[in-house]
Amino acid sequence: MRIAIIGFGAVGQGLARVLAADDHGFSVTAIADSKSAVIAPEGLDPDTVLAFKRETGLCGTAGLAASDILASGAFDILVETSPTNANGGEPATSIIRSALSAGKHVVTSNKGPIACAFQALQETADQSGAHLMYEATVAGAVPIVNALRSGLAGNSVRSLHGILNGTCNYILTRMRDEGLTYSQALQEARDLGYAEADPTYDVQGIDTAIKLVILANTILGMNVDLADVEINGIDLITAESLTLAEDQGATIRLIGEILPEKNQVRVSPRLIPLDHPLVVDGTLNAISVCCDLAGPVTFIGKGAGPIPTASAILADLILIRNCHGRGA
Amino acid sequence: MKLELKDTPGQLLGALKPISDIGGNIITIIHQRDPTSTANTLTVDVVLELPEKKLDTLIQILRDRGCGVIRIGKERLLQKQTLIMIGHLMHTDLTDTVDQIDQTGYAEVSELHMVMPAINEPSTAKMTIRAVSPEDMQRAVALLHSVSRRKNILVLEPLEGVE
Repeated sequence: MRIAIIGFGAVGQGLARVLAADDHGFSVTAIADSKSAVIAPEGLDPDTVLAFKRETGLCGTAGLAASDILASGAFDILVETSPTNANGGEPATSIIRSALSAGKHVVTSNKGPIACAFQALQETADQSGAHLMYEATVAGAVPIVNALRSGLAGNSVRSLHGILNGTCNYILTRMRDEGLTYSQALQEARDLGYAEADPTYDVQGIDTAIKLVILANTILGMNVDLADVEINGIDLITAESLTLAEDQGATIRLIGEILPEKNQVRVSPRLIPLDHPLVVDGTLNAISVCCDLAGPVTFIGKGAGPIPTASAILADLILIRNCHGRGA
Repeated sequence: MKLELKDTPGQLLGALKPISDIGGNIITIIHQRDPTSTANTLTVDVVLELPEKKLDTLIQILRDRGCGVIRIGKERLLQKQTLIMIGHLMHTDLTDTVDQIDQTGYAEVSELHMVMPAINEPSTAKMTIRAVSPEDMQRAVALLHSVSRRKNILVLEPLEGVE
């Protein structure tokens, strides 16, 4: 099947590298970044485009844009990997809607459109018979969306608890292990590239909250938006609080929590026993769901990074091809 | 509670039956004859759980049956939860924060351990709350959250809920 990639930052380039390394049976026919685009209905060589991007900062011809790719129709699946805009999800939401209206499948790693406009996008997809998939929006390589939808199909989820932000988890891990203050651990996370220059979304719990909204609305049958989520971040956590927690055999982690029966969604730093399966170190993500039939099930894995995220995107691409494939 | 019973057969059973009749649960019984006592009585210490607001009924039934109730021990608060609070705890009236829980009648603060690194830095405290039932614990924690929000204090709850 033919793929167009919109957004050629770390995630888009990671996907291109994965597709170039092995023959997964997909052909990349178009790529756009924020300043340029390239369209080749006969197929592109991802390595060539990656090299061109490294040299020039552009993926193709300046002046061409995502809208030209949409107009060309030279793809079966649109992969949307542009950065998240949690405030309405634009311009990605419009691009995704436009592709779905044209009957094209969409795979996205972009949390904004799924958190802000899932219902409307899914309706557009249903009308045109296209598929909208977004495994990469929550917990990177951890296949939580497809696991809840397929692997645990038929179960009622009683509760979901997760560590969904690697930056926060890294900071809390370092504060516990090395006795660092919050600011020291944050600076270290920045130096290592785990935290953004402006880490507000991560450390204040907003990124975790957006992921909870996605899971609550798209999998757990709830209807919540970001304003409904009670959010506390980790920016007030003191070194002393980790010592006091440790004294009682516990530590502190930023936990996203969904209790569907109570219609409750919240993000808060919590005291958690050191031997609890959710206590994962460094930038790992972990999600524990408690189901009526399966009981407790825990998933742990890499929550971010270009290649783990490409893994989730690739899984969605292969699912679309295997289950709903049209064309070559 | 400590009971005084006549030292005759059947008295102990007669004193314990009302406890189960009103839905109570007997945890331990200690009874000892006091060799120095000249009265024909023995005392029994009973530790028990009772449904809420049933204590007065039980005392009345026991007295009606001729059992002397010598002493009522402190009600046991069976639920325990330890939380951490971060913020300007002293400057926002810590006594008031604790009192809000203590005055509920169904929960109380039983332990507080505070660390204050510097005058203008936020302090951190570990607080243990005891409550009569899991529902009361939830109410007490919700109350602590609401007081803390007003005072800009962050409350960290345990993930596993009530211990």
